[in-house]
Amino acid sequence: MKQDAVPGIDASDKVKSILTSCGTDQADLLPALHAIQDAIGFIPTENVADIARVFNLSRAEVHGVVSFYHYFRVTPPAKHLIQICRAESCLSMGAEGLLAHAKKILGCDLHGQDKAGNFSLEPVYCLGQCATSPAIMIDDKLHAKLTPARFDKLIAKVRSEP
Amino acid sequence: MTIRIFVPRDSTAIALGADDVSSAIAAEASRRQLDVQIVRNGTRGLLWLEPLVEVETAEGRVGYGEVEVDDVTALFEAGFHLGPCTHSASIGLVEEFPYLKKQERLTFARSGITDPVSLPDYEAHGGYQGLRRALTLEGAAIVDILIESGLRGRGGAAFPTGIKWKTVLNAAAQQKYVVCNADEGDSGTFADRVIMEGDPFVLIEGMTIAAIAVGASKGYIYVRSEYPHAIATLKQAIASAYEHGYLGSNVLGSGKHFDLEVFKGAGAYICGEETALLESLEGKRGVVRAKPPLPAIEGLFGKPSVINNVLSLASVPVILAKGASFYKDFGMGRSRGTLPIQLAGNIKHGGLIETAFGITLREVLYDFGGGSASGRPIKAVQVGGPLGSYLPESEWDTPLDYEAFSALWAVLGHGGIVVHDDTADMAKLARYAMEFCAIESCGKCTPCRIGSTRGVEVIDKIIENKDRPQQIVLLRDLCDVMFNGSLCAMGGMTPYPVLSALKHFPQDFGQRPGDERPV
Repeated sequence: MKQDAVPGIDASDKVKSILTSCGTDQADLLPALHAIQDAIGFIPTENVADIARVFNLSRAEVHGVVSFYHYFRVTPPAKHLIQICRAESCLSMGAEGLLAHAKKILGCDLHGQDKAGNFSLEPVYCLGQCATSPAIMIDDKLHAKLTPARFDKLIAKVRSEP
Repeated sequence: MTIRIFVPRDSTAIALGADDVSSAIAAEASRRQLDVQIVRNGTRGLLWLEPLVEVETAEGRVGYGEVEVDDVTALFEAGFHLGPCTHSASIGLVEEFPYLKKQERLTFARSGITDPVSLPDYEAHGGYQGLRRALTLEGAAIVDILIESGLRGRGGAAFPTGIKWKTVLNAAAQQKYVVCNADEGDSGTFADRVIMEGDPFVLIEGMTIAAIAVGASKGYIYVRSEYPHAIATLKQAIASAYEHGYLGSNVLGSGKHFDLEVFKGAGAYICGEETALLESLEGKRGVVRAKPPLPAIEGLFGKPSVINNVLSLASVPVILAKGASFYKDFGMGRSRGTLPIQLAGNIKHGGLIETAFGITLREVLYDFGGGSASGRPIKAVQVGGPLGSYLPESEWDTPLDYEAFSALWAVLGHGGIVVHDDTADMAKLARYAMEFCAIESCGKCTPCRIGSTRGVEVIDKIIENKDRPQQIVLLRDLCDVMFNGSLCAMGGMTPYPVLSALKHFPQDFGQRPGDERPV
C-alpha cells in the first residue's frame, strides 16, 4: 500500500502507539496486526516481542499468527502493491499469460518487487470478480476484464502519479 | 423534476470504471444545468454489462450496459435522461431483460434496485418484515419455520440450517454467538459479496433473527481481507441499523439484545472452514478443529454458536416474512427454495442467476451464459469451487440439485460455476488443485499437508511422462488417502477436481480414452 511518511515519527513509534490503544485479549490480535500493517505497510519482526507482551502471548505464538496469514507481511512492500488473481476463473481467461506479462514488465517474480522499488508483485486467490475475469488489484483499486495492454496502461498511470 | 440515475457501487462495476462514470454523469448534468440525482445502487447481477447505468423513466428503469466515461456525453445527447432512447448501449427496460426476467429472486430481491446503505429504501422494499414477525414468536417457533422451509446451508455443505439452529437453541449457556462466514474464498463465487455490497441489511436482519431464535446476544461477520468494499458497506449499514434501533440493547423495543460487528480476515483460504474461522476470530492461526464437539455445542470461545454462510442467513428474512411454504414451493427433491448460481470464468454472460433448484447446467451455460467468452467450445465446467469436480459435456444435462450432483461424484456446493474452453489443459488444472491445497492447507493433518505436495510432484511426473502408468496408480492411491484421511474438506475434497479431470479428460494426462478406471 502507498505509505505517507510522517516526518519525525518512525515506524516503531507508530507500532507502539497502536499497541497502547488496542485491546489486549487474544481476540484483538488480528485487528491490532491489521492496524499495524495499515499504518506502516508490514509487521516488523523486531516488534513481535512488543506485541507478545501486550497480548500476554509468547513470541512464538505471535510469530505463528503473523506467518500463518498470507495477508500479513514481515518486510516493507514497494510503493505500490499489485495483486494478480491466480484462481481458476481467472486462469480460464488468461491469468497465466497476464502474470507472465507482469513479471516481464516489472522484471521480478511473484513475491518480489521491481528494481526501482515501485511495485511489489503478489498472487491472490480470488478477488470475487469471477464473472469479469481476469482481475487484479493495484493498492486498493480493483480492475477487471484485464488484458496485458490495459495492464501496461495502468502501470504507466500509477507511475505518472506523484 | 429530479431525474434519478443509478450507477452501481458494486465492486465489479467499480473495477470496470463505475466511479469515473458516476463522476462524469454528475459533471455533464451540472454542465447542462439538469436536476440529476445519482443513486449508487448494488448490482443486478448482470455483471458482464457493468457498469450498468439505469435511468428512472415513467415506463420503468431503462438500462445502458458497459458504459464508459467517453459514452456519457453521447448518452445525454441521445436524451437518455428524458426517457427510453436509441443509444446503442441501451438494453431497454431492465426488469424486462430476459436474463433477469427468467430468474426467481428471493434472496436477491432487492439487489440492484435499492441504495444498499439506505435503511428507508430497505424498509420500503419489504425489509425488516421478517424480523418484525420473528419478534412475535418464541425461539422454538422460529426454528420450526426454518426447518419447515427446507433451507440447507448455502455455503456448500448443504446442512439443514434449522437443525443447526435447534442444536444451539437447546444448548444451555449464558453466552451464545451468531457467526457469519463471509470468507468467500472459492474462485467462481461472488454471491456473498454481492449481498454484502448490494443489500447488507438483509444479512444483518437474518443474523438478528438467528440471534433471537437461539438466544444469542453477540454476532460477528468474518469477511475476507480481499473484500474491502464489502467491509466498508457492511460497516456503514451496521452503524445505520444501530442508529435506528435495529441492533443494540433493545432491538425494535423488544428488550432483546444483539450486538454485531465485522471482523476482517487476513488472506487464509482455510478460514472459510467453520472451525478454522472460529480459531481465527479468537486471534489464533486458522487451524481446523477436530469435530466433535460441533460449533453448535462448543463454538466461538467454547460457547454454543450458530455459524452460517452469508446466503443462508440472507435467505432467512424472506422465509420469516412470507412463510416456510412460500419458500419450500420452489425447488426439487430435497433441494428446496432457490439457488443463487454464480456463472463465471470463460463465459460470455457471466453473472448472478437466482433460480429454483432443478435447472440444468446446460441451460445455465447456454440459455443464460450464451456460451464461452472466447467463442470456442466449452470443454469442462467446475461446479462448487476449487474443491468441486470438473464436469464434461456428457454431464451437463444434470439438474442443479444437491443429490443429483452427489450421484455423479460431484458437488453442487454454493452454486459457483467456472467455465473452461477447449484450450484448458486439465492435467495442469489438476496440478493447480494440488498446488492450491499445498499453499492453503492449515497443516494440521498429514494427508492434506504432505499429500498435496506429493500430489503436485506426482502430477508433474505424469505430465513429463516419467513412469506414467505407475504414477497414475500412485495419484489414485494418494487421492484415496486424502479423501478418507483428511480432517476437513480442504484435503478431503481436493481429489474431486483431480480425479474428475483424470476420469473425464484422460488424453490431457497422456492416456488414451478407455485407459481410465472408474473413479
